[in-house]
Amino acid sequence: MLEVKNLKVHYPVRHGLLRGIRQHVKAVDDVSFSIGPGETLGLVGESGCGKTTLGRAIVKLVEPTAGSVWLDGEDIARLSGAELRARRRKFQMIFQDPYNSLDPRMTAGGIIGEALDIHHLAGGRTEREGKIEALLKMAGLDASHARRYPHEFSGGQRQRIGIARALTVEPKLIVCDEPVSALDVSVQAQIINLLQDVQRERGVAYLFVAHDLAVVEHISRRVMVMYLGKIVELGGAKAVVQTPKHPYTQALVSAVPQIDPAAQRTRIVLAGEMPSPIDPPPGCPFHPRCPLAETRCRSESPTLREVAPGHWASCHFAK
Amino acid sequence: MAALLEIKNLLIDFGSDQQAVRAVDGVSLSIGAGETVCLVGESGSGKTVTALSIARLLPSPPAHYPAGEILLEGRNVLRASQDELRRLRGGVVSYIFQEPGASLNPVLRVGRQIKESLRLHRPQAATDAEVVRLLKLVGIPAAESRSRSYAHEMSGGMQQRVMIALALASEPKLLVADEPTTALDVTIQAQILDLLRELKQRLGMSMLLITHNLGIVGQMADRVAVMYAGQIVELAPAAELLPRPLHPYTQALIDSVPKLGGGAERLTAIPGTVPSPGAMPPGCRFEPRCTRARPDCAQHVPQLVEVEPSRWVRCPYWNAGN
Repeated sequence: MLEVKNLKVHYPVRHGLLRGIRQHVKAVDDVSFSIGPGETLGLVGESGCGKTTLGRAIVKLVEPTAGSVWLDGEDIARLSGAELRARRRKFQMIFQDPYNSLDPRMTAGGIIGEALDIHHLAGGRTEREGKIEALLKMAGLDASHARRYPHEFSGGQRQRIGIARALTVEPKLIVCDEPVSALDVSVQAQIINLLQDVQRERGVAYLFVAHDLAVVEHISRRVMVMYLGKIVELGGAKAVVQTPKHPYTQALVSAVPQIDPAAQRTRIVLAGEMPSPIDPPPGCPFHPRCPLAETRCRSESPTLREVAPGHWASCHFAK
Repeated sequence: MAALLEIKNLLIDFGSDQQAVRAVDGVSLSIGAGETVCLVGESGSGKTVTALSIARLLPSPPAHYPAGEILLEGRNVLRASQDELRRLRGGVVSYIFQEPGASLNPVLRVGRQIKESLRLHRPQAATDAEVVRLLKLVGIPAAESRSRSYAHEMSGGMQQRVMIALALASEPKLLVADEPTTALDVTIQAQILDLLRELKQRLGMSMLLITHNLGIVGQMADRVAVMYAGQIVELAPAAELLPRPLHPYTQALIDSVPKLGGGAERLTAIPGTVPSPGAMPPGCRFEPRCTRARPDCAQHVPQLVEVEPSRWVRCPYWNAGN
């Protein structure tokens, strides 16, 4: 359903007296993947790896530099203006911060109703109110909540409004950018369950962007791992977590603290930090921190290849 | 062994008498020498307020302490004079916080900030060499040149290392770490947790670690105190609490987090939200959200009781239905 091909998002960095473009931040660098109807694809990585930019480029909140985003046989990356606005019905976004992503001067009903109005989805006033009520109920809120303002809700309830707003236009794909990381632990589970219920009822597909590997594994069918603008691993959720093929994923999995003190895995503690995407290292982007790095990794850039059925990794030594 | 820190029946109110809101309600907790205690809870549970009260860092007003004692090396912090407090802060207890970028001075080089703490607490050691030694201790590469950096020139992980060096400069006996890795990435979090554990052992410090992440508790804690709505609801050694939580809230909390490699079955969410300090339920504070609540839970205020050796639980029905 969604097919992303060779997507690049490069930001120019201006320097010097004439503000000439000297370098580029390669936030997303040559990324390709697909999502099936009703599927959840998880996207994990650390801050600065480009996962948020990738999510935003797909819904065209940032302009891709190159590549294509095919949704239902149409390249969204090339659309603009009224055409793009009409297509936005098919793809929506849920944001990390439920406090800043809702207009404080609009009621919950107004926030949902605005989307109905823009896309002319409600004929009369009664139909409009009926739809708003149904959407609020779907998101686990009450019809009476329609008249309340965002500040009257808790963080979890606000995220429910965000979900109801995204569902208003009956999209095929929702990009969820860290939808639970600002929420309390006990509320996180409510929102994760809600997202799964919505998917079961509506058949909507998710690109679920998060840094919490356990949450991503729980909700996703397949998981994609990003490092420095590139996909380093892609595979079934279970396979990526239990038998990670890329040394970065192996370190990432081993770094997740475990509740059971007895069940600690051997931890691979990575030295250093992710390099700047302005001037990425030559060869494999991970080689400065990689415990397995050899001479070859410093010059030769690995490609994403299928190391096991449906399990892809970009490492010279993955098998 | 006398406890390094002993909090006895602490009450903390915010606001004036008529409209005072009780943020911490009867917390008792002790930390022995060399021990790591984790304080776990959601936002609004009172864990940060409790931690800040140890060195009386809460601005007062609005905060005040209607009752209770905080004994640090046997001295009551709540009765201490400003001079005594200045010696306790840093000298006995140091803090590191969630946002290292917000805690460091943006216009002073980090080395200078560390030296300032040295001048205050260990004047004879206030040298460049000691600053560099501290920066090396917390694993900062090229410590000599890094000591001349400003905070904004460093990454979050490096800033947190500087914060730790700053906290250790005064050679405290107790390090209070309030969500020290929440703002950091997992691979950096692993580095910082390793560093804290190693330093604690090497320097023989005690640590009070505040976190909402139960995985961090599993890796770091000797004992755990679980807080809910201003009260400790369960207190026990970590090795016993995590595999077998006794309080319904602790159980629900552990059940509600997805575990790595844990499968895709539906999560058991805790319904509702944490009550606000102004509107606490009259009986058990967890009763409105508890799946095991009984009719009398809404009226009777449960006490924290030692139900098994060194295991304290605030629920009269902890043993029912198990």
